[in-house]
Amino acid sequence: MTPRLGQQRLVGLFAAGLLALNFPLLALWDHDLLVLGLPLFPAALVAVWALLIAALGLLIESQPD
Amino acid sequence: MLSPSLVIGTSLAYLLLLFGVAAWGDRRALQGRSAVGNAWAYALSMAVYCTAWTYFGSVGRAATTGVWFLPIYLGPTLAMVLAWMVLRKMIRIARRWRITSIADFVASRYGKSPLLAGLVTLITVVGIVPYIALQLKAIATGYALLAGPAGSAEVWWRDGTFYAALLLAGFTMMFGTRHLDSAERHEGMVAAIAFESVVKLLAFLAVGVFVTWGLFGGPQDLFARVAAQPELRRLLTLGGSDAFAWGQWFALTLLSMLSVIFLPRQFQVIVVENVDERHLKRAAWVFPLYLWLINLFVLPIAFGGLLFFGSAAQADAFVISLPLAQGALWLALAAFIGGLSAATGMIIVEAIAVSTMVCNDLVMPVLLRTRRFRSRHGGDLTRLLLAIRRAAILGILLLGYLYFHLAGEAYALVSIGLISFAAVAQFAPAALGGMYWKGGTRAGALAGLLAGFSLWSYTLMLPSIAKSGWFPDAFLTQGPWGVALLKPEALFGLAGLDGLTHSLFWSLLANVGAYVGISLWRAPSAREASQAALFVDVGDSAHAGPAFWRGQAAVADLLPLAGRFLGEARARTLFADWAGRVGAARIEDIRADAPFVQFVETQLAGAIGSASARALIASSVQEEPLALDEVMRILDEASQLRAYSRALEEKSASLQRATAELRAANQQLQSLDRMKDDFMSSVTHELRTPLTSIRALAELMADDPGMDAAQRQRFIGIIVTETERLTRLVNQVLDLAKIESGHAEWHNTEVDLAALIRQAAQSMAEMLREQGTELVLELPEAAPPLRADPDRLTQVLLNLLGNAAKFVPQPGGRIALRLRADAQGCTVQVQDNGPGVPREDRTRIFEKFHQGDAGGRRPGGTGLGLPISRQIVEHFGGRIGLRDDAGQGACFEFWLPCAPAAPAREEGDKA
Repeated sequence: MTPRLGQQRLVGLFAAGLLALNFPLLALWDHDLLVLGLPLFPAALVAVWALLIAALGLLIESQPD
Repeated sequence: MLSPSLVIGTSLAYLLLLFGVAAWGDRRALQGRSAVGNAWAYALSMAVYCTAWTYFGSVGRAATTGVWFLPIYLGPTLAMVLAWMVLRKMIRIARRWRITSIADFVASRYGKSPLLAGLVTLITVVGIVPYIALQLKAIATGYALLAGPAGSAEVWWRDGTFYAALLLAGFTMMFGTRHLDSAERHEGMVAAIAFESVVKLLAFLAVGVFVTWGLFGGPQDLFARVAAQPELRRLLTLGGSDAFAWGQWFALTLLSMLSVIFLPRQFQVIVVENVDERHLKRAAWVFPLYLWLINLFVLPIAFGGLLFFGSAAQADAFVISLPLAQGALWLALAAFIGGLSAATGMIIVEAIAVSTMVCNDLVMPVLLRTRRFRSRHGGDLTRLLLAIRRAAILGILLLGYLYFHLAGEAYALVSIGLISFAAVAQFAPAALGGMYWKGGTRAGALAGLLAGFSLWSYTLMLPSIAKSGWFPDAFLTQGPWGVALLKPEALFGLAGLDGLTHSLFWSLLANVGAYVGISLWRAPSAREASQAALFVDVGDSAHAGPAFWRGQAAVADLLPLAGRFLGEARARTLFADWAGRVGAARIEDIRADAPFVQFVETQLAGAIGSASARALIASSVQEEPLALDEVMRILDEASQLRAYSRALEEKSASLQRATAELRAANQQLQSLDRMKDDFMSSVTHELRTPLTSIRALAELMADDPGMDAAQRQRFIGIIVTETERLTRLVNQVLDLAKIESGHAEWHNTEVDLAALIRQAAQSMAEMLREQGTELVLELPEAAPPLRADPDRLTQVLLNLLGNAAKFVPQPGGRIALRLRADAQGCTVQVQDNGPGVPREDRTRIFEKFHQGDAGGRRPGGTGLGLPISRQIVEHFGGRIGLRDDAGQGACFEFWLPCAPAAPAREEGDKA
């Protein structure tokens, strides 16, 4: 992987994260619901956040030095 | 309730342990075995972001507003996504120019301006003092919960918090100012901070697990009870998508995204304390993971507390009060220690970072101006520097205490923290802009910072002070002098936003506007342009940048100067390093040219900041100012030099490649030449053997005319056989030469391999029957047709069969001839029950003139049969070989691809 491509992927992930964690995409989860006994909105926030961290880990560890 | 002595004793023991960790880290650093030189310690030290504010305040915020505590941690996660680009560049710039604080970073970028450095420092001090007060408040609150009020808060000398502040000041001095390091790195401190991060995480998780599974029956049970109460259930959602609420959400995300870089303590651990920029790769995801973990139980603890106590009045203290109310005293103590960890970690790093800024950017510029200081030449000033920093640490903590004492009770924890965040966010336009935009000027940065800071003070700081009740808040509700347009929390009539978003919007708008606008007002000066080039094009650490300096300097002047601020011994080491780099024999032989002066200035900048270092150098050597066009010329030269060096590197790389190719070609030629020699000597040897016997027999007959007829006849018979052998040999050599040179004639037609095999077997049948060898054919019903020369294939078959016949035991020999066909092609196997091919010969039997050893007897071949067979099979795109797994005997096998296969190698197969 070229350094430039890897950095573009990170910028893409940043944009995706910024969108997913803000209005209006985040509002899609904002319902008064319990899913598996857990409140939907906080659970979704934590899950999206975890996904973002996992994707970041995968992308950034494969960056050339 | 716990006894005060137990709580104080445990806290002191914990601080002592912390000191032990720091001392260990420092000792390891001195031995050159860095304890913090790994990505994990680096990531954990970043977690100093989680202060007492996270530890206690998040729960408090969650108990009153639900998920609104989260954006403060989502922002840093997003910032870390860009860390590999942005922070790495920052680290490279800071390392190259020995930048040791955020004030130095901004000042150095805009022409090493002391004014900018001072302004950034002032903003930091004003913005950070409430934040430090917040930590003290957290410690005081936690202690009061566990053991009752610590003395009387009314008079400071009887207030336990005052002594806690003093203790922490002493502690910070020991951590941060034990020695002066020109890179401002504190390995011991980093080790202690990483340790604290582990402690606070574990303590918080322990309380979370206790509340979720101890107090309640797991998260499902907890949330089911929350859902049963409408006023609590409301906290589980954002309560409808109010557009302004989302605006606030975004503002908090943006704010924390900037703070995680520009808070002085974050800049200290991320940029200044970085050991290796590659650690950023791991830390960039481990640090967000840490944030994720420490926030996992915030909602359960908050709701647990709400359900248990029935009100959010003391929500900031739920982490301690919940275990305490349950009688889990040890857990409550552990939770307090975790909070203490979070608070002390923040205070230590923040105080060290701010004291460096105060010393380098506020005190030093003033000192350097005083005549007494300047007239005092010589003398080691490192002690003075350390003393200034210690005083600054004490001063910062006392200011923090003062703020806590006066305003601490008025405000919830979380609001104070956000005020500090908004203050340091003002550095973002100048710092980030300066890293990527060469057009930013000193005046622009100054204007931006001033505008942003003023609006921050007016719209956020002032209202918070007014709400603390220090002065009447009439100007909040009616505006100053009754002018409603100037109301601090609804400036110019902008209503509807919450106070923080409102302030952040106006301050950042004014900041960016002034920065860009004033920067575009006029072109950058020479010094601004040169620094801009050095920052924006920092590149990787291999190339040193161009040196922007002209004048007269002498090593004799610079050495004592560096010695005063870096220490005599260290200065000599540095100068000796430089001498080694430029090839000077002694320090005195160093030519004081522009790169050298720049080197000395950079080293000094590490100790006293770039602005002070610049002023010192300017006062000690004779300088000529550079004009803008000269700076541009130097930059051009530097970029040309870079281009030349890159072209040179490319050229040398391509030369290396060409050399390697030539060497490989040469080796191939040599080996071909050797093979040709071997071939020639083999051929002549093979020709000589029959020739010798023919000649000997002919001579015998010539010498003895009276030889009897029977004898003569026998000799003639031998001569004929040997001649046939010669002919065969010559034919085969010619054949091989033809095939190898590509001049052989091939008559390709459709070939039924099964029929061909039957035919070959038939022609050998008589001879095999005579020597008592059994020939077994295993052929399929039908084989796909091949496109090949049938005569050549017969030649291969006969050669393999003939070889087998030579090596089988006589009688009792057995040869199996098998054909297998699949979609790709046909495989023919010839297996015998002879001795097999010895392992060491397996690779050589396809070489020319290599003959197998048939148990002592000479097989009587030419040694060319197998090489010719291989040439033929490969000509048809197939391959021939010896199976390893044949069991007893030898099993030769060749494979040919199905028709229509273009002859794979018509030409060029000479090997």
